[in-house]
Amino acid sequence: MTALLSIRDLTVAYRRDGREVAALKNINLDIAEGERLAIIGESGSGKSTLALAIAGLLPASARIGGRIDWFLRQPLTLGAKAPPSVLPDISPARGEIGSFTAGPFPPTLAIGESGNESAISPLAGEMSGRTEGGVTERRPRSETVTTEPKFAPLGGRDIGFVFQDPSASLDPVMPVGKQIAEVARTHLGLAWPQAYAKAGNLLERVRLPDPDTALRAFPHQLSGGQKQRVAIAAAIAAGPKLLIADEATSALDTIVQAEIVSLIRKLVAEDGMTLLFISHDIALAAELADRIAVFRHGELVEIGATEQIIDAPRHAYTRALLDAHIGLDVEPMLRRAGASA
Amino acid sequence: MSSPLLTVSCLAKRYHRGGKTIAAVEDVSFVIEPGETLALAGPSGSGKSTIARLVLRLIEPDAGRIQFEGDDFFALSGSALRARRARLQMVFQDPLAAFNPRATVARVLDDALRIHGIASRTERPRRIAALLERVGLNADLAPRAIHEISGGQRQRVAIGRAIATNPSLIVLDEAVSALDVSVRGDILNLLLDLQAKERIAYLFISHDLGVVRAIAHRVVILDAGRIAESGDARAVIGAPQSAIGKALVTATPKLHRTTAS
Repeated sequence: MTALLSIRDLTVAYRRDGREVAALKNINLDIAEGERLAIIGESGSGKSTLALAIAGLLPASARIGGRIDWFLRQPLTLGAKAPPSVLPDISPARGEIGSFTAGPFPPTLAIGESGNESAISPLAGEMSGRTEGGVTERRPRSETVTTEPKFAPLGGRDIGFVFQDPSASLDPVMPVGKQIAEVARTHLGLAWPQAYAKAGNLLERVRLPDPDTALRAFPHQLSGGQKQRVAIAAAIAAGPKLLIADEATSALDTIVQAEIVSLIRKLVAEDGMTLLFISHDIALAAELADRIAVFRHGELVEIGATEQIIDAPRHAYTRALLDAHIGLDVEPMLRRAGASA
Repeated sequence: MSSPLLTVSCLAKRYHRGGKTIAAVEDVSFVIEPGETLALAGPSGSGKSTIARLVLRLIEPDAGRIQFEGDDFFALSGSALRARRARLQMVFQDPLAAFNPRATVARVLDDALRIHGIASRTERPRRIAALLERVGLNADLAPRAIHEISGGQRQRVAIGRAIATNPSLIVLDEAVSALDVSVRGDILNLLLDLQAKERIAYLFISHDLGVVRAIAHRVVILDAGRIAESGDARAVIGAPQSAIGKALVTATPKLHRTTAS
C-alpha cells in the first residue's frame, strides 16, 4: 500500500475571544493511495478541521504545527520510485508560514534523475514551501520549462472537496454546467466547448436526469440531492487524487443519502480516487469505508479496519459511539405500555 | 377508550407556483391518543413538516378538519384559541433558531409562564427552577445566555419551555436530528420519562427510522403528501408494505455488529 499523504504531529488551534482553542492535537495519520478512509466524531471532534487542513483551506488565523507530506506521483513515470529518504519535504506550518512562503511564484519541484515522487504540503500558502535535501531545487516559474511537471497538490485539481451544504458551495447565479466546466477549464486547460462537453459527461456520470437541460439549470432549480450531485461533479471534474466529502450527505434525507453514498463509492472506484469521508454517523461510515478513524475533542482516539472498529473496538469511546447508534435492530427504548398498546 | 386527543381528517394543503398546483398534503387522516407517540416519517418533500405546521395552526389547510381535545381546532378563535394553544406545544430541530438569541435560559422559560398567565411574577423564579429540574438541568443554568450552553442543554431548555404550559401534545419536528449521538439518547429518554409521568402525547417527525422504531408507538409513512402506510411502528418498519416504506428501510444505514455491546 502506497501512502498518498502522511500527517505528522498535526496541531491546529483557532483564536477565539483572544484565547487559543485547540481543534486538533498531535495527529499522526497516513492515508493510503486508493483507500476509503472515514473520519468520524461528534461536534468539536476536529474532523472538519482535519479535512480543511488536508485541503489547505484552514483560515489564515489558524495556528498550525506539524506537517502534512504528500506523495504525488508523476503521471508519466509511474515505474520506479525514489526512496522516501530523498523525497523533498515541505513543512505545512502555514500558521507560521510567513517565513516559509518564499517568493511570489509557485515553486516547481524536481527530484534527481529518477525522481518521480515528491512530498508537498498543500498548507503552504500559494503552493510555495520550504524544501529540504540536496536533491531538490526550487525555481521561480519564470525559469521553468513549461513541460516540467508540477507536483504540488492544488485544491480543485488534486483535491476535490464536497461540503455539507451544496447551496453554499454553488454559485446561485451561474448555470451549473458552467460551474463544472470552469473547473475543467482552469485545471485541465480545456477550451470552453470541450469543458462544457466534459461537464455534460460528468452530469451523466453523477446520474442527473436529463444532463443536457441540467447544464443550463441554476442551482435553485435543482433539489438538494441534485445539487449535491452537481457539487460532486465539480469536485471530480479535474480528476483529483483525493476526494474529501465532509458531511456530504448529512443534510439529505435517508433515501437520497443512500443514493449519494453509492454514487461516491462508484465514482471513487472508477477513477481510482482516494476517499476521505467525514461523518458523524458511524453506521454510514462503516458502509463505505475500508478504515475508520475515530476523533474526539481534537484527538485521534482509534483507527483501524472497519470490521475491527465495529466488532472489536479498543477504545471505550468507540464502544460508546457504537452503543449510541439507534439502528433498526436495537432494543426499542419504548417499553412502557402505551395508549395504543 | 375515550375520544382521541387529536383527530386529523382528510387534511389537504396545496401550493400554487407558476400556474401549477402542488399538493403538499393530500387526504391525510390520523388520530393521536392521549400519552401516545405517533411518528411521521418520509423523504424530503413528503409533507411531514407541512402537517406539523397545519396541526400547530401556523398555516391553514385547503381542506379537512383537525379536532384537538374535542373541539374543531380551526373554529377556535380569541381567548379560547390562546388557551388551547397552551395545550399544544412544539420543539424544533434547531433550538438556537427557535429562541431569542439574546435571551437567557430563565428568560425563555419566564416568557412562556408569563405569556400564558401560568404563574405570577413572584412565583415564576420557583417555577423556572422546577422546570429546569424536570428536564434534567441544574438551576444554576438559569442566568446563562442561550447561545452559551451546549446543543443538548439547549434542546432540554426547548423541552422545558414546551412543558411549561402543561401541554397534552408536543409536536417534535426533527427535534433530535441535529444532536450528537451521545446526547440524543439522553434527550429521547427525557421525552419518554415525561410521557410516562405526565401522559404527554408526541407527534414525532423524523426521517430516521431507527429513532422512530425506538420510541414511537405508531408510524405514518408519507410519500408525496399522501399516506403510504401506517400502523404499529415496529411492525411497519420490520416489514414495510409500501414502495416508499421499503425504500426507507433499505436506505437506513445498518451496523452489522457480530459482537454484542
